[in-house]
Amino acid sequence: MPIKFPFSRRAGPSDAWTKCPRCEAQVFNRQLERNLRLCPSCGHHFRMSAGERIDMLVDPGSFEERDHGLEALDPLGFVDDRPYPDRLEAARIKTGLRDALVWGIGRIEHQRVALAIFDFRFMGGSMGSVVGEKLARCFEAALIERIPAIVVSASGGARMQEGTLSLMQLAKTTAPLVRLDHAGVPFIAVLTDPTTGGVLASFASVGDVVLAEPGALIGFAGARVASDTVGEELPEGFQTAEFLLAHGLVDAVVPRGELRATLGRLLRLLPVPAADDSPSAAGEHARGPIGTLSTLAERLGGAVSESIGIDVDPGVPPARDNGDGASRGSVTSGRERRP
Amino acid sequence: MTETPVATPARDAEAIEAAWHSVQVARHPQRPRMLDLVPLIFEDFMELHGDRAFGDDPAIVGGPALLDGRAVMLVGHQKGTDTDSNIRRNFGSPHPEGFRKAQRLMQLADKLGMPIITFLDTAGAFPGPAAEERGQAEAIASSVKLMTGLQVPIVVIVLGEGGSGGALAIGVGDVVLALENAVYSVISPEGASSILWRSRDEARTAAAAMRMTAADQVDLGIVDEVIAEPGEGAHTDPAATARTIAGALRTTLRALAARDTTDLLATRYARLRGMGAFLETGASGARAPEAPSLRHRIGRILRLQGVPRRPRWSDVWPSGDDDETEGGA
Repeated sequence: MPIKFPFSRRAGPSDAWTKCPRCEAQVFNRQLERNLRLCPSCGHHFRMSAGERIDMLVDPGSFEERDHGLEALDPLGFVDDRPYPDRLEAARIKTGLRDALVWGIGRIEHQRVALAIFDFRFMGGSMGSVVGEKLARCFEAALIERIPAIVVSASGGARMQEGTLSLMQLAKTTAPLVRLDHAGVPFIAVLTDPTTGGVLASFASVGDVVLAEPGALIGFAGARVASDTVGEELPEGFQTAEFLLAHGLVDAVVPRGELRATLGRLLRLLPVPAADDSPSAAGEHARGPIGTLSTLAERLGGAVSESIGIDVDPGVPPARDNGDGASRGSVTSGRERRP
Repeated sequence: MTETPVATPARDAEAIEAAWHSVQVARHPQRPRMLDLVPLIFEDFMELHGDRAFGDDPAIVGGPALLDGRAVMLVGHQKGTDTDSNIRRNFGSPHPEGFRKAQRLMQLADKLGMPIITFLDTAGAFPGPAAEERGQAEAIASSVKLMTGLQVPIVVIVLGEGGSGGALAIGVGDVVLALENAVYSVISPEGASSILWRSRDEARTAAAAMRMTAADQVDLGIVDEVIAEPGEGAHTDPAATARTIAGALRTTLRALAARDTTDLLATRYARLRGMGAFLETGASGARAPEAPSLRHRIGRILRLQGVPRRPRWSDVWPSGDDDETEGGA
């Protein structure tokens, strides 16, 4: 009988075996944990908890969670075979999470990022009001701090138990991305197994760069729904990461072992421009009453507007020098005008 | 908004009856469609076609129109009126090219400063393999994203079925109106029934539980105003329905026209940002666990297995069994 270390790290599940769904090998759970939850024999990507994902992505000790305290309510009084609050409570006990998303500020290869991570174990990673609110706050923090936003998704879609309020999270999580566009802050979406429904049909599809893990199920509608709809067999590998890559819908399929390095590399390749060089500084007044000419006029220090006899947007003083110094004021106020 | 609307017992028989009645009327085969109502409301309308990339989707129609002599852009779902036209229009369920056509038209409206009016009437975006191949989710997402930033007023009218992402793709607005018997939901009642109740027979219960009627959507803050329907429903008198819609549109557009662009966009952002109900507890952020120093030191010295070298987040939120049964829509 082996001597048991008295402070055994964890009892129970980690001593069990898991069967790999792809190669059917029996894998020791602890071995999975040490191997980024990859099957040692076939490389199958098992799902990860939010905690494991943070450990594998961020520089040790750099992650600070934000908005930990947000909790779901039951706005509809929703009951299916059990009340929604009961489902929430069960999920909280099972996962130790308050809802299906964790977000915070951390560093990836020494670069600060706003990072949000879904946990599929919490009600299938479904997006309700709390997940939507946390994502919106994550994007807004990225905007304010001018650091890239990264979201790692694993979700069945919108949370049915919150009805159309969940549907509206699609718009709530997408609206801040327009502001990131104007401010010149990149957003990277990492799609992991599975990313479907309303989550794919919102922020996850419109990352400036979209990465996916090998073999991940990624699709809008359930595969069974799709096959029932047309009454025919689905193509091989339908709705996998590789399928999306072949159809031009993701930028790259990145094996988990390379994900951290790939993100680090992308962050260096897509640097956040200094506030004054952001695209909005040049394009901000393109929508003035006289269209793009006002931008041109500003860039040329007012010379154009005088020579061709037009007025630039009266609300914005035209720049008087070569786009530095004095013009900054108008540029900044312009950015505030366009949310 | 952290305020919760008052919860009502969804299984109440009366609520089920009322919700299902709305679903039936919203799906009524004679319910007036967008193209039935447009000539009754607007002085002129010219349909424009195609997404300039793949094709033209008859499930979404749109183009410029005149309302009291003022140019507006119309975009909406279009179901058929009989079997043939329903097949041609794919029962009002758009493919990605439909949403991309909608984006193109809305960008034109943005360019010319025309207010946008959208009409929602779809069971949902089409879920077939061809739609997936062409990026159905991306088409919806980029359409939603576009609408959140357009610099012109957007009025959304839910005419019949507001079916999930396929409806929201053209349904982000400054003001959202709904006909009295219109419904709006995150998933069809049949879909919710088969996923949550694991049965095809609970659609009525699901319809009530999701509170998908126009009146419920007003309570939830998703619809701003309900437009009354004549008699037993809009199908009994399309002309009267059109007159009521026209009246509501005029009032709404007049109010929106008074706002300047900055105010309009700020208000739209605030509206979307406020969607949802949650509780903000004072709990502070979880911290990565401190490694127990004694165990840590002894473990390191003895090189015992299972002693973490540093605090790990996976100890805070470890992995466990997946739950496949509660996925979203």
